[in-house]
Amino acid sequence: MTLNRIAAFAALAMTAALCAPAQAQETLKIGWAISKTGPFAAGAAVTTLPNYQVWVKDVNDAGGINVGGKKMKIEVIEYDDRSNSEDMIKAVERLATQDKVDFILPPWSTGMNLAAAPIFNKLGYPQLAVTANTNRAPEMVKRWPNLTFWLGLPSEIVDGVVETFSKMEKEGKIGKKIAMIAVADQFGIEQSTAARAGLKKAGFELVYDKTYPFGSQDMQPVLKDAQAANPDVLLAFSYPPDTFAITDTAKVINFNPKAMFLGVGTAFPGYKGKFGASTEGVMGIGGSDANLKGIKWYIEHHKTVIGREPDRWASPITYASLQVLQQAIERVGKDREAVIKEINTGSFETIIGTVKLKDNQNTNIWTVGQWQGNDFFGIAPTNKPGAKAPIPKPEWK
Amino acid sequence: MALTFDIVLSGLVLGGMYALIAMGLTLQYGIARIMNLSYGESLIASAFAALFLYTGMAVNPILGLLVIVPLSFAANWLLYQIVLSPLVKRARNQGMLEVDSILGTFGVLFVIQGLMLVAFGGSLQSYSYLSVPVHILTTTLAANRILALLFALVIGGGIYLMLTRTRFGTALRAVAVNPVAAQLSGIDIRAASALAFAGGGAIAAAGGVLISMFLTFSAASGVVFTMKALIVVIMGGVGNMLGALVAGLLLGVSETAVARLVDPGLTIAVTYALFLSVLLWRPTGLFGRPAR
Repeated sequence: MTLNRIAAFAALAMTAALCAPAQAQETLKIGWAISKTGPFAAGAAVTTLPNYQVWVKDVNDAGGINVGGKKMKIEVIEYDDRSNSEDMIKAVERLATQDKVDFILPPWSTGMNLAAAPIFNKLGYPQLAVTANTNRAPEMVKRWPNLTFWLGLPSEIVDGVVETFSKMEKEGKIGKKIAMIAVADQFGIEQSTAARAGLKKAGFELVYDKTYPFGSQDMQPVLKDAQAANPDVLLAFSYPPDTFAITDTAKVINFNPKAMFLGVGTAFPGYKGKFGASTEGVMGIGGSDANLKGIKWYIEHHKTVIGREPDRWASPITYASLQVLQQAIERVGKDREAVIKEINTGSFETIIGTVKLKDNQNTNIWTVGQWQGNDFFGIAPTNKPGAKAPIPKPEWK
Repeated sequence: MALTFDIVLSGLVLGGMYALIAMGLTLQYGIARIMNLSYGESLIASAFAALFLYTGMAVNPILGLLVIVPLSFAANWLLYQIVLSPLVKRARNQGMLEVDSILGTFGVLFVIQGLMLVAFGGSLQSYSYLSVPVHILTTTLAANRILALLFALVIGGGIYLMLTRTRFGTALRAVAVNPVAAQLSGIDIRAASALAFAGGGAIAAAGGVLISMFLTFSAASGVVFTMKALIVVIMGGVGNMLGALVAGLLLGVSETAVARLVDPGLTIAVTYALFLSVLLWRPTGLFGRPAR
């Protein structure tokens, strides 16, 4: 696997090198500042950077972006922000003022994108903040019309969770007892607070409700107590390392509730890679309609270019957002103001289906997904076309 | 009763991991007198090596130890001879060496991290090995974590015996206590320090391979391990293997007890409370020499 990846990167580097002389004519300069080192590098390397690379390759393989009848290849300028927001802001400024790039792709994570919003706005660049997930999105887009959000709101994820469990409860697949654990940082606390209220309102009973420190990978104590409370559902607002540790430990101590929702990381290809058939029935944030032609093509294509599958939450949406950017440029040209307007008002055909932003926010989203067979299917919103019915979690394999 | 047994056993297993990652650092810091900030990175590098051997070449991590540990010993020996021994030579006192070695190894940290990023990328890595339940009376534990505890006990006990019962161990302790006097009694301190540093690196490598079986890691996660190891080393007494073992186990059991009996959110608080009280009560650590 790793060797394949190294080979893929080498191939990418080589194509970039081979393309260089051809780009001497006229190119579209696209820049980005992203975390290649530091604590954010792991997230950026799963969701964001590979999609930028795949998209650039796709565009250049097809001869470039059609700008006013001229095919322009993409020339990339990349900076490492070292997971530091000040470095990121400096790099974005440099891209705009010194490198004079035509467009800037956003950094990774909610915090970085929020930090970047004022500078993108000041410089007049569209900001397709795909990996930002904040309840403040509706008010922020009023202040910064060049800013767009793509993952929905965190509160919608909680709504999706409550909706899914209520549906399963009505169908008699699960009972009313829920054990909830959350990482003790902003993400975990906000989500668990919202879930606590939502679940109570829907008539569920919280039999275990605790937080654990950020960075903890020792889940045995928490899970043993959660198991002792004998819940129908385990609900965890966790980060990737803890998501992996929860699954691993739950398997070892044979804690197998009828439904299991875990946080960030459940949709990662590495999750399926590590746990294989044991992932069956595990739910998490995101999902995709794996029967969609575009998604099928995208997963295979990502695998060919990068050497591994994409994650099933923000990855397809990242690629779709780049398709939106490309189509907007092809429709109105390089004028950034016009591109911003087109992104906000136009309708676009992408791998995730039709994308039409409402109040600068993408509404074509899945809030809850579930591993069923080899794919992580969207199951909520339950009334969205393509939604699969949730299944109870089988025994660990 | 069953709960107490469960807490103690799970706590020991967690503590075994802490001890395992700390024992290499205590050798490097206590005997070779190098405060190695790149310690966590060399641990993660071995975790990557284990991952590569397992997923790329189907070599299981236990066999991988046979390759990775000697390689790491050699690499750390070279690192000491080439990068660190000039610092040792020019240092006029312990304080100066500490500052220089912190700065020097801070640079090494970025070199190792950069190499891992180039080779493996920045994403989180994880694989499954020996993640099978082992039932001990009323409790259930993962086999790979128990294995890490056993290694910690064997390495800790073995090196403790080596340091206290052999001639070579006595020489190492002499270097730790007073390098100048040790030299006067005919001990080659450069050779002894290089071996202690390399030995510490080899233990870090063993730790990295073992924890890679159950922890998720990335090229950037080294610093977490350096911090945890440093706490255990200082709690146990710098340079004291038995101290590192006891401090690690103590931390593990207290964290698990607090998580089960009080609140899992308090495990980090209990770590630092314990650390602070040990420092107040015994400033040189549980098994440390009294300060002169």
